[in-house]
Amino acid sequence: MKGILRLAYKLLVNDKGKFAALLVGITFAVFLMVMMTSMFSGILYRSSATVINTGAKIWVMDPAVNTVVSSIPMPDYILDAVRSINGVKYAVPLYSGGGLVKLRNGVYQSVTVLGLDDTSLFGRPELVEGNIADIYADNAFIVVKDSEFPKLGNPKLGTEFEINDHRGVVVGIAKVTTSGLFGIPTLYTTYKRAVQYIPSMRYTISYILVEPKSEDAVQYIKQEVRSLGYVALTADEFKQRISNFYKYQTGVGTNVLLMTIISFIVGLSISGQTFYTFILENLEKFGALKAIGAKGKELVYMILFQATFTSLTGYGLGVGLASLLIALAKLRLPSYAAKIAYANLGFAFIMVLIIAGISSYIGIRKVIRIEPFDIFRG
Amino acid sequence: MANLAVKANELVKWFGEGEARTYAVREVSFEAYFGEMLYIEGPSGSGKTTLLSVISGILRPNSGNVTVENKEIWSLTSDRLADFRLNTVGFVFQDYHLFPRLTTVENVAIPLILKKIEWNESMNMAMEYLEIVGLKERAHLTPVKLSGGEQQRVAIARAIASRPDILIFDEPTASLDGDTGRKIVDFVKKNILNDNRCILIVTHDSRIFEYADRIMKMEDGKITGVVKGGSVEE
Repeated sequence: MKGILRLAYKLLVNDKGKFAALLVGITFAVFLMVMMTSMFSGILYRSSATVINTGAKIWVMDPAVNTVVSSIPMPDYILDAVRSINGVKYAVPLYSGGGLVKLRNGVYQSVTVLGLDDTSLFGRPELVEGNIADIYADNAFIVVKDSEFPKLGNPKLGTEFEINDHRGVVVGIAKVTTSGLFGIPTLYTTYKRAVQYIPSMRYTISYILVEPKSEDAVQYIKQEVRSLGYVALTADEFKQRISNFYKYQTGVGTNVLLMTIISFIVGLSISGQTFYTFILENLEKFGALKAIGAKGKELVYMILFQATFTSLTGYGLGVGLASLLIALAKLRLPSYAAKIAYANLGFAFIMVLIIAGISSYIGIRKVIRIEPFDIFRG
Repeated sequence: MANLAVKANELVKWFGEGEARTYAVREVSFEAYFGEMLYIEGPSGSGKTTLLSVISGILRPNSGNVTVENKEIWSLTSDRLADFRLNTVGFVFQDYHLFPRLTTVENVAIPLILKKIEWNESMNMAMEYLEIVGLKERAHLTPVKLSGGEQQRVAIARAIASRPDILIFDEPTASLDGDTGRKIVDFVKKNILNDNRCILIVTHDSRIFEYADRIMKMEDGKITGVVKGGSVEE
């Protein structure tokens, strides 16, 4: 069998023009599919930036909340009620809102303000400069040094600014796991200062972050929170809810899906057509092999091998090209949202296998039907 | 008397159905022996290629049977029939049907690879057959870089690589000039034919009749005469 497959390999790669055309088709299709799905993954990942960066295990929120930025304030008694649930180790409030920063040069810049529980500072970011205790100083804010950091004029410790007509001072510079989706810098401060500086409704708690005593307590906590008229989601469930919102309730998911389907069709058309031409041009040769003594199944193995080899090589090239482009783009554009996940690779792999399957099927049908007698007849 | 290699009995083959039915072979019976070079001669459309296909296990007859080395070939399954073609019959096609993307030695090694002989060993064996046909030094060229006569010899090397008992040539001189054609057939007669091999040649090239042991003339799907080599007479 190895010899027959090697023969198939040589017949394929020695036809350099056709082989190159096949590779280009599949590489291009994989490249497009991986790029599209990676960008979508990047968008979804960044849309959950606050959930990821905060690190809370359970989030309590209004049932109508779909994304972190669309929080619906909750009354204070809910925090007390959650703290009293059996199985809750601790629960703290989180404020999430938008503010307007006026820089020293007079430029206004929208920011996301996260107010951390004054006592525990639960969910605080890792500081790269400054001291976390300074957050309790007057007008203190911590700036996240991410791709949006330059929009605040690359502030240093002690840099002053105005936020919603209040004085603000940078007391710390932090790093986080991922930047947000909307290209807005993030400031951390205490919960009390956040609700004081940022205009808000009667209720001020955006989310309640809960640490359960054990994993077993999670279901009970969710059930008790539900009886209060709110919803408790694990971090993964919240990320999934945000992801579902962008997938199904905005045009983003549909557009990316359409582009991915188009990429698949383009790849299938190019490689399917080229492979079909390749088989047609070699049809007499396959007939000669049959006449010489090759069995039908051996010819099928040869074609399957050729289609699979081409598809996998194209898959590798396509993934490599997409990875290279994303890496280069991130070097030049720090806020570029693209993330190659195993799911993207798996999806593209399945699509490539389908392309290989369809291409093979077309070829196999032709080759199985060729009669060795046709070779004699000429 | 030499041993019987091929026995065809009352072979009938037609194409099409109803009014469109055309008989290509009509109740043909003949015998071919080891050590013999038997020509099947006749005008275009006389059924000689169809007959060759039927006796080599490529085209199933509508009736009649073919016995090769005492084996009724049309009672074999398709896989066994493929094995029969691989192990017992060697083909030299009219257009050679060499693979242009493979080297000469790889072309010759194809039957050996189909016999599941390891790749390197197949190449070594193929090289020996190329030496027999005098093309060892051209082993690593692709067929397109060879002349017509050389391509014919590569096709012969490929046909004999599986050491078949029956060799079948379809119009071996059709694509060659007269001198090269004669040289090829002369080479085959002197170097390829032996007491354990039977060679069947379909041709209508009278310039190579002198090499035949017997010439079987066909017309309208029937054998109209069998003569000794050198001339064609009723």
